[in-house]
Amino acid sequence: MATQAEAHSRPRRNIELVLLLLALTIGIGAQVLVGLTLEDTIDERYYFEGGAQAALALAFHVVLRIRAEYADPFILPIVVTLNGLGIAMIHRLDFTTRYEGVADRQLMWTGLSMAAAMLLLVLLRDHRKLRQLTYLSLAASVVLLFLPIVPGIGQDIQGAQVWISIGGMSFQPGELAKITLAIFFAGFLANNRDLILLAGKKIGPMTFPRLQDLGPLFLAWLIAMGVLIVQNDLGNALMFFGLFVAVIYVATSRISWIVIGGVFVAVGALLAYQFVWHARNRFDIWLNAFDQQMYDQDLGSHQLVQGLFGLAHGGLTGTGLGSGSPQIVALANSDMIIVAFGEELGFIGLSGMLVLYLILFSRYMRAGLGTRDHFGKLLAVGLAVVLVLQVFVVVGGITRVIPMSGLVSPFLAAGGSALLANWLIVAVVLLISHAARRPIVVGPMLNTTGAGASGTEDPLRGRDTGEQKPVDDGTQQFPAASSSERDGGEQQ
Amino acid sequence: MNNAIRHTWVVSVGMFLALFVALSLTQVVFTDSLNSDPRNSRQLIADAGAPRGPITVDGTVIAESVPSDATQYDYQRVYQDPELYSHITGYFSVVTPGPNQSGIEYALNDYLSGHSDAQFFDRITALFTGDTLMGAQVELTLDPELQRLAYDLIPENERGTIILTDLRTGEVKVMMSRPSYDTNELAVHSGSQFQENLERLEEVEGLHLNYNVATNNPIFPGSVFKLITGLAMLNSGDYELDTELENPSELELPLTESTLPNFADGGCAARPEAELNWIFAQSCNTPFAAAAMDLGEEAVLEAAEAYGWNEALRIPIYVQPSRFPEVADDAELARAAIGQGSVTATPLQMNMVASAIGNGGTLMQPQMVDTIRGSDLQILNNPEPQVLNDVMDRSTADEFTEMMVTTVEEGTGWRADSSRFQVAAKTGTAQRGAGDDMVNSWITGFAPADDPQYAVTVVYEGIDMSRGNELTGSQMLTMLEAVIEE
Repeated sequence: MATQAEAHSRPRRNIELVLLLLALTIGIGAQVLVGLTLEDTIDERYYFEGGAQAALALAFHVVLRIRAEYADPFILPIVVTLNGLGIAMIHRLDFTTRYEGVADRQLMWTGLSMAAAMLLLVLLRDHRKLRQLTYLSLAASVVLLFLPIVPGIGQDIQGAQVWISIGGMSFQPGELAKITLAIFFAGFLANNRDLILLAGKKIGPMTFPRLQDLGPLFLAWLIAMGVLIVQNDLGNALMFFGLFVAVIYVATSRISWIVIGGVFVAVGALLAYQFVWHARNRFDIWLNAFDQQMYDQDLGSHQLVQGLFGLAHGGLTGTGLGSGSPQIVALANSDMIIVAFGEELGFIGLSGMLVLYLILFSRYMRAGLGTRDHFGKLLAVGLAVVLVLQVFVVVGGITRVIPMSGLVSPFLAAGGSALLANWLIVAVVLLISHAARRPIVVGPMLNTTGAGASGTEDPLRGRDTGEQKPVDDGTQQFPAASSSERDGGEQQ
Repeated sequence: MNNAIRHTWVVSVGMFLALFVALSLTQVVFTDSLNSDPRNSRQLIADAGAPRGPITVDGTVIAESVPSDATQYDYQRVYQDPELYSHITGYFSVVTPGPNQSGIEYALNDYLSGHSDAQFFDRITALFTGDTLMGAQVELTLDPELQRLAYDLIPENERGTIILTDLRTGEVKVMMSRPSYDTNELAVHSGSQFQENLERLEEVEGLHLNYNVATNNPIFPGSVFKLITGLAMLNSGDYELDTELENPSELELPLTESTLPNFADGGCAARPEAELNWIFAQSCNTPFAAAAMDLGEEAVLEAAEAYGWNEALRIPIYVQPSRFPEVADDAELARAAIGQGSVTATPLQMNMVASAIGNGGTLMQPQMVDTIRGSDLQILNNPEPQVLNDVMDRSTADEFTEMMVTTVEEGTGWRADSSRFQVAAKTGTAQRGAGDDMVNSWITGFAPADDPQYAVTVVYEGIDMSRGNELTGSQMLTMLEAVIEE
């Protein structure tokens, strides 16, 4: 980290551009490879789709140069790589008889999502504005989560009631609730952190919070359980709850919250197992996947077992893009797209993609570490945990680490709502990372060494320092002084 | 706060590590048990799409696997001249999946797919080098020109079979049955296309997709069965070629109201008493029926089983047993003696009868495979001619030869008479049961009579009697003159 002391204040947009070109090569290359393997003619469709992806990625890059030039340079290339690979695999599955035209739709949604993310970057400019929306976000979350059970617009697909249909377009509003809930948790805890920290009973080595401070946690638990019971959506329930426990732990740094969270999860799981058939079924499938009766029954382990077969067929090196039989597994281009990758790219290829996810959430958390405001930290960690949990629930479900529940792999799986939500998260995190890495302008008139030097905490050293100097690399101009004034005004 | 973030990160990385472990268990450690699970259709697809070895006749490929990128299956089985060889090869379908049971594709599936014991080291090598395992090449004994001749001889809308074997070695040179079909239509990769073609082919009258007619369709043999009854008679020592036998136009069957007649339009009516040689040549029924009743069931059964009745064979195509079941009474035995009643024979079985006689009483095991070579052209299997059974001694065979030559020169087999060499043959016309005007028309024999080389059998199932007589005799002659060099 020491070497970054100087590097962190560079915009590093050129690194991003180089990585972005690499990412585009991988994504578009994969798609062309699919076309070649399956003997499709590489015609203007490929040129157009590749060109569209490149144009979108470069446009995003330009927006970052203008609006958030200190944003993390690794996030965008990784996301573009994953998104491109996803489109390539969906395109590959379109060659089978089960799917048709999904890749075009996915590309359209990618364009829409990236445009929305760029718009958010331009309009929002500073993530701290989101803090004002704390309670609005809670209301929005509740509306978004319970929209699918409103008669008339809700749809029941595959046993989970998470869809709404408006004018023929299907959408999963719950995906957007990931963002609004993260904003609410971050905002609420940034505001009430001190209260929760100070008031509490010490029992043994652990300090337990007061009962009234447990209210929001209980509310989150209720929402998660509501989502679970009403919508039959185990994956999202788990994710929301994990999100809240993680954020509250980061806010308070207290193990007691993890313990309380663990108890709530256990009670929730127990209740779900007792009273929700869907949950119990998933649990039974997890334990007895290869049982013939379990395999044969409706909503049984067929999908899971076929997925394992697909992964095994891929083996260490995979069959190669276009040479496997991923279409055997149901939902191969959405919920089970990880299996398709595992089969055709093998353990090596899939591990590589997991490493990309790992780097991605590390960058998210890095943004949280670096930023100076509590809200930003909590939001970045919350969004990182959302990413971690999505990947863990999907891949863990497929590989039988945990019971399978319906979540989709971020950026890979076919599905517009998840894509949109994840790209919006990228935009928010990029803004946070921009705030984290942007050099702090300390004017000569400010006291930089005394106790009043608030707002100059070095994000990398984690302590106040007076040695921080404005870095001038000669060519780059820093953002206007007005933003640095806002930095100074932020309560730490 | 930052420490808590770092802890969260550590926990997250721990979760990812769990994923890596689980993935490596699924994709690397336990792949064998997952891949071999019977519910894993990928293995079936891999097997179905794997390259199979070619089937060749006289060095020319009649079935091969060519790379296919259009579907999930890697290779497409392609048949050349499928109408000529459909009954020989059968077809390999990825839909069913696997070879259908009728032909070489099924009989030598282990070799063709590369999974025979002889290819064990090929499999090990392929496992380590990662090369695609190539199946063995199977060279058949068939003669492509004669096979085509036989195909051209059998009329479009008749159900006919022509078999020609080298009786000295048992090698099958021709095995042609019509109606035939295009095996490529059932080797298609599309399930719906397969179903559509299958349903259409199943509608074709007389076409059997699931078995080879020449080896798996036992039908009434009629008078050619006198070669078996005749063996029982000669073996008993009570009969010689010049033994005078009664030849009534009708024989009353014991314990029944019915009688067994000689054919009205044959020459049998000319002589109420005649020597065995003449009776055989004219194919008179009554003396044979009477003789069978005298000799008893055991003697006839013994003669039949010496030729191979009641026993399955693999050549390597499966040969269904021709039946000589236990008879209930003398009346049934009398009918069986002339190839009716409960007796059945496959075309190949009858050809084996002629072969045994032509080869001086020694029946060679019929064989369709010349050599099986590994993908490196190393010979894996090279079947040697094999004696299946010593059916009769040479003198008995010579007596039979004389009777069969007389049949061609003076009797019912006159259409097979050649100017180039002596032909020995026996004809047969079998009724197919009450209410059926059509007959099974047979001829089986060999040539040259003084130095037997090839046995030929021609059968038409369910054909008009006079048309059957015309086709069988002349076609046997055509085949013999084609195969025996000047």
